[in-house]
Order: sequence, then C-alpha cells, then structure tokens
Amino acid sequence: MATITGSMVGVLRRPTSHYGVWSWMTTVDHKRIGVLYGVTSFIFFLIGGVEALVLRLQLAFPDGKVVDPEVFNQLFTMHATTMVFLVIMPLSAAFFNFLIPLQIGARDVAFPRLNAFSYWVFVAGGVFINSSFLFGGAPNAGWFGYANLTSRAFNAGSGVDFWALGLLGLGTASLAASFNFIVTILNMRAPGMTMMRMPLFTWMTLVVAFLLIFAMPIIAVALIQLELDRSPLATNFFNPANGGDPILWQHLFWLFGHPEVYILILPAMGIVSEVLPTFARKPLFGYPAVVFAGVFIGFMGWGVWAHHMFTVGLGPVANSVFAVTTMFIAVPTGIKIFNWIATLWGGSLKFTTAMLFSIGFISMFIIGGLSGLTHASPPTDYQQQDTYYIVAHFHYVLFGGSILALFSGFYFWWPKGTGKLLDEGLGKLNFWLMIIGMNLTFGPMHILGLNGMPRRIYTYPSGMGWEFWNLIETAGSLVIALSVLVFIINVVRTSRNGKEAGPDPWDGRTLEWSIPSPPPEYNFATVPVVQGRDAFWIEKYGLHGGEGAHHAAPPSHTAGSGNGDGHAIHMPQGSYLPMVTAFGQTLMLAGVIFGYWLSGVGLVIMLGGVYAWCSEPVSD
Amino acid sequence: MQHAHPAAHAPEHETTTGLDHRKLLMWAFLGSDCLLFGALISTYMIYRGRSLAGPFPNGPEGVFDIPFTSVSAFVLLMSSLTMVLALAASQRGHIRGMRVWLIATALLGTVFLGGQFFEFTAFVAEGLTPATNVFGTSFFTLTGFHGAHVTLGVIILLSLVVVSLRGGLPKEESLTVEIAGLYWHFVDIVWIVIFTLVYLIPAPLPPHAG
Repeated sequence: MATITGSMVGVLRRPTSHYGVWSWMTTVDHKRIGVLYGVTSFIFFLIGGVEALVLRLQLAFPDGKVVDPEVFNQLFTMHATTMVFLVIMPLSAAFFNFLIPLQIGARDVAFPRLNAFSYWVFVAGGVFINSSFLFGGAPNAGWFGYANLTSRAFNAGSGVDFWALGLLGLGTASLAASFNFIVTILNMRAPGMTMMRMPLFTWMTLVVAFLLIFAMPIIAVALIQLELDRSPLATNFFNPANGGDPILWQHLFWLFGHPEVYILILPAMGIVSEVLPTFARKPLFGYPAVVFAGVFIGFMGWGVWAHHMFTVGLGPVANSVFAVTTMFIAVPTGIKIFNWIATLWGGSLKFTTAMLFSIGFISMFIIGGLSGLTHASPPTDYQQQDTYYIVAHFHYVLFGGSILALFSGFYFWWPKGTGKLLDEGLGKLNFWLMIIGMNLTFGPMHILGLNGMPRRIYTYPSGMGWEFWNLIETAGSLVIALSVLVFIINVVRTSRNGKEAGPDPWDGRTLEWSIPSPPPEYNFATVPVVQGRDAFWIEKYGLHGGEGAHHAAPPSHTAGSGNGDGHAIHMPQGSYLPMVTAFGQTLMLAGVIFGYWLSGVGLVIMLGGVYAWCSEPVSD
Repeated sequence: MQHAHPAAHAPEHETTTGLDHRKLLMWAFLGSDCLLFGALISTYMIYRGRSLAGPFPNGPEGVFDIPFTSVSAFVLLMSSLTMVLALAASQRGHIRGMRVWLIATALLGTVFLGGQFFEFTAFVAEGLTPATNVFGTSFFTLTGFHGAHVTLGVIILLSLVVVSLRGGLPKEESLTVEIAGLYWHFVDIVWIVIFTLVYLIPAPLPPHAG
C-alpha cells in the first residue's frame, strides 16, 4: 500500500470501528467511498429531478403561473448545475471508486485518504451551492453563466457567488480524485495486467481522469476571474466599459465545457463496453479500436469548443475550422457504436435489465449524436441556437446516454456491491417506463425547437402552436419520475428480501467477479495474475477454448482459498483528517460571501488538517 | 497455467511503472498546473495592448523596471541551483548540508517575493491597480498566482527543514526532497515564461495612447 509518511508514530487517536456512522465518515476504503458517492449523488439526482418537474409543470400550459420568472431562472440554472456537477460526474466517480481497484486487481487506490478528501469536498460543495436557496436566492445565470449576466452590475445577489465558489470547490474534488485514479491505474495493476489487457471501463476512467486534470484548471481560472470582477478589487476581465471582453468567458468556459461533455459520456461508454460483452457472451468486438477511439476522443475533445459559439461572430474561418473538427469527432464515436453492435452480432444474448439499459443507451445516444451532427454545420446551427432543439440534443446524449448507462451500471454491479440481486421484473418495468418517458419528454423538443420555441423562456402565449407538445413533454417527465420511483422501490424491496447474488451472477469476464459479493475489505486474498484480456473469463474457461474447454476453475481469489484468509493483509486505517481538511476548504470559499474572517478560519482549519494528515501514519 | 498464482507475489511497494506513487502524482499535478498558468497567461496575452487608459507596461507611461525584475528573476533562478544542491546532499545522506541548502532555497524564494511585493507597491503608487485597466487586471492576477505558488513552495521547503530537525527525512526518504524540488523547478520555469512574455517582449500600445 502507498506509504504516505514513513513515520510510524501515532499522532491522533484513530477511528478503529468498522461499523456505525463514524466508520463511514472516516472510511478510506474505496468501496465504501464509492457507495457514499453513489448514495449522495442519487439524492442530488432526486433534487435536480424535482427541479426539472417544476420547470415542466410551469411550461405544461401557456401562460403558466406555477413559478415566477426569477424562480424559473434559478430552477433551470440549478437543474443543469446539479445534474452535471452533482449527479453525472459524481455518479461516474462512484463507479470509478468502487470498480477500478477491483478491475485491475489492486487492494486499494494509491492515495486512500485523498479519495476520502475528494468525497467530502464534493459533499460540502454540493450542500454549499444548494444552500444558496436559503441565502437570498440560487444562481440564476444559466449553467454556463455567460458574462455579463453574472457581473455585479446586472446580478447583485450572491447566487452567482455561490455558484462560482461552489464549482471551484467541486473542481478540487474532481482534481483530487483524478490524480488518484491516474496513479492507481498506471501504477497498481496486478502482475500481467498490461495496458491493452485493462477492462474498457478502466481505460475510459483513465481518459476521463486526464481530461479532468487538464480541463478543471481552465474553468477554475475563469471562475476566479469572475469572482475577482465581483470582488472589491473590481478587476475588468469581463467588463467591456474598461476594455474587458465578455467573449473571453465563453472561450474559457467552453474550452473546459467541451472536454466536460466527454467527461460526462466516456464513463457511460465504459460501462456499456463491460455490460454488452457479458450478456452477449462474446469478447468486446475490436477492443483496440474502442480503446483508441476513446483516447482519440480525449485528444479531439480539445479542438471543438467554439462550436458552442458559432453565433458569436468569430468569422467564417474560425466557424469552418470548428465545423470540420466537430464533424470529425463524430468518427471515433461512430467507431465505438459499430463495435458495440458487432459485439452483439452473433452473440447468445441475454436480455437482463442491465443489457436493456445498455441497448437503450446505444439507441438513444445515436439519436443524440445525429442531432448533434446537424448543428455541427454553422448555417443550420444559426437556426437551432438557443432553441429547444438544442435542449433535445443534449438531453438525448446526457439522459439517453449517460443516465441510461449509469442505470445499466447500477443493475450490473449492484449484486457485487450489496451481495443481493435487484429484481429483474421491477427492473424491466423501470427500463421501459424510463425509455418511454424520456422519448415523450425530450423527443417533442426537436419539433418545438425547429418551430422556434426558445430555451429558457419561463412561459409562452397560447396560439404559437406549442401547446400540444409541451403538454406531452410534461406528461413524459412524470413517466420518468415514475420510473425512478420504481427503481427506488426495487432497491428497498430487494435490500430486505433480494436473491443472494453469489460472487459471479452474470458469468462475468473481469476480475471483480472473481471475489465474493460484497468484496472483503482487502478485495483480493491473493493478488491475481492476469493471463490476458477478460482475465476472469480466461481463468474460468482457458485462454483459447470456449466453455468447458479447460478446467472450470472455481473463483480463486475468494477469501479462504489460496494462501491467505485476509487476516495478514494490512489495510490503511480510517481518518478524520480528510473530512476536516475538506470542511476547512469549504469554509474558506464560503468566507468570500460571508466575510473574509470566515476564510481565515477556514484556512487555519485546512492547513491544520493538511499538516496533521502529512504527519499521520497510514495505519497505527 | 490457469492456476498460476505464485504465493510470492510482488512486494507491495513495487509499482507497475517503477515510479513512486507520490512522484507520479506530482507529475500529474504539474501537468494540470500548466493549464492553470496557460489560462492565466492566455488571458494576459489576449488583453495585451487593449487597455483603454494608462498606466501601460512600457512606452512613455510604462511602469516596468526591467533591470530590477531581471535581478529578482536571477535570484529565483539561482534558487533552482540551491534546490539541486539540497537534493544532492539529501541523497548522499549529508543531512546538515541538505538543511542549509533547503533554507538557502527558501531564502532566495523569499527575496523574490519581497521583490514582487516592492514591485506591486511601486505600481500602485504609479496609479496601476487591478481595477485601472485590463493590463492591471491581468498582470496582477497572473503574477499574483505565480507569487502564491512561490509562497507555497517556501512553506513546503521550510516544513521539510522542520521535519528534518525533528529527526525525519533520512537519506532513504530523499524522494520527498526530490518531489518538493520538482514543484520548485516548475515554479521557476513558469517564471521564465512569464518574464519573457510579460516583461521582455514589449506590448503594442493602444492606437489612441501616446
């Protein structure tokens, strides 16, 4: 394990219990942190979902009176901010945390306490942004917060400050987690686990981690510039009256924002690339092509940002260049889709709930990808910009893409995390309600958008020809809500009397299925030796043969077999310090709104936390 | 061969790449930090020559004192030399030498910070604040962030000295000094870029000014 300090002198009394609330709050176990990430971001998913429902109720009929325009602005800003930064990103992080060490045959991540720090910063940041509802109003300038909508002159409340400072805090969480996963994946693979033998999900996590460490500093700079403009220093970054240029914000935001799009979708692609081969009972078709397509997307993602800015007036040369790169980036995505379809081709398909969600992902993502291709061309984008057509597009890729794939991941890895299978009947109901609901909600937005309905309007008059589809959309959003309710019922019911999963319920292919469900704290009693891609499949069925060609070996990394029952394995102990440090950092940011004395207090707590952390041994 | 699970697997401190976890983390962090300075430097470059009112960096109303800043840049670059000497001493187990060179590095860094403080005060006295124009806005933010990095570096170096005085940091842990050195050299290299782009290459004056 990673020795962060060499000293073995105990400094603080360490949390030692393995049960109870404190053991969870001080945990440094990557699986528990994964669960914490999952539960927390699911709660934010419900909050963001309720915000969306209110938006839809307001728009269900012309001249809606459910909320006033100001509240409407706050709700759509918070809906998007929540879904992007507090749901899809941390839900992906839940899977990174839980799965990466299991998939590469490691006992933990490289920096267990840094992992805990990343979680607590995320929680604090999420609570901080949402607390703005209690302190004079939530952010209301949209999730991309264009200058000058955010300047002090036009937006005097503190909502924008909550947004900017909260995102700065959340950025720290992403950075800490990404550094951790880069080091873990590059440095802690089991013997024989070469890069080109890594599971696809691990590969996509690596690409996402690199995207995050390069994208987060850019948005951090933009947010700091925004806060300096709004601070007593009164800088002029986005103040045209004094030579500043609001377009600079758009460039910095989208230079972060477009890689961010791939940060949201690549983990989903990783999940699907694990689920499809398992239930097709075939290796992933074109593994190297899928890997390199993912890496290529990671590079190309940096060269397309100005397609969010076609209507700004950057000129024909810039628009043409970005149109070409944008069309080009569809190619690696297409490669992936064809490889997934080829994986299904000729397989003995098992239509489990996880499989259905993955197939749903492919279908919906194709729709979203094709509508995205239509606005890669500036002339058509001029028509679509700021209409509901754009809203339709990104909901097909983010809901139809990311969320469906994340649900696929829930159903697929739930038994590994809990030891219980989710109910397949309720699961299929969940799937069909969700896919019908999302198409009812987001499908008609294409039509409304092309009919000219602008996005972000809080209401519309009757007689525009928009009534029918708006009502359908609202009905569809209620169906989505119902599907989420079915999922919750499924979770509650199966946690009481679900079927025991056993270590390998799906006849899995990767190493996480070779250990008990839920895995022991040390993951692998014996560190596995990897013979090839689909390491566990090879272990079960041999390198070349099909089923039964070789020994059907029993799972060999389970506790009790091999040379260890896990008692001799030394795991890092829990720690309070990541939480303390995260708390200090958040106070420091909050002080910018509530008074700089609070920042001072936060700084002292944070520095104290860091120093104690550095001198605290990994375990006593 | 499917059952090849050798009882003696690799010792736990060995890593797949052979690089220490912490060193790999530092390299990843420095890569990330490049983008932070990249965004700040880009902002400065975009706003070059776009200030509506003075003071300007150079020209008749110029505030830059190139000889002064060259001296403080030289001081910072020399601190990279003392950092290398500190690491060399640490790797040879020369603990006192290591402490001396670490303190020397921190001292040179502090001298640089003092120069920056003097420069900032002088600029403000000449009427340039972050609020004055986009030159002031982007200049103070960029160099301020660099100064914050140097400050953090000084704190890290002095912390290492304290750890060493309390009996830590033996020869076997010279890697810690090496990693701190990676950070320190990076901050120096960033200053070379800033010094060249901001100070040495004169910015065009806005058409209406002087």
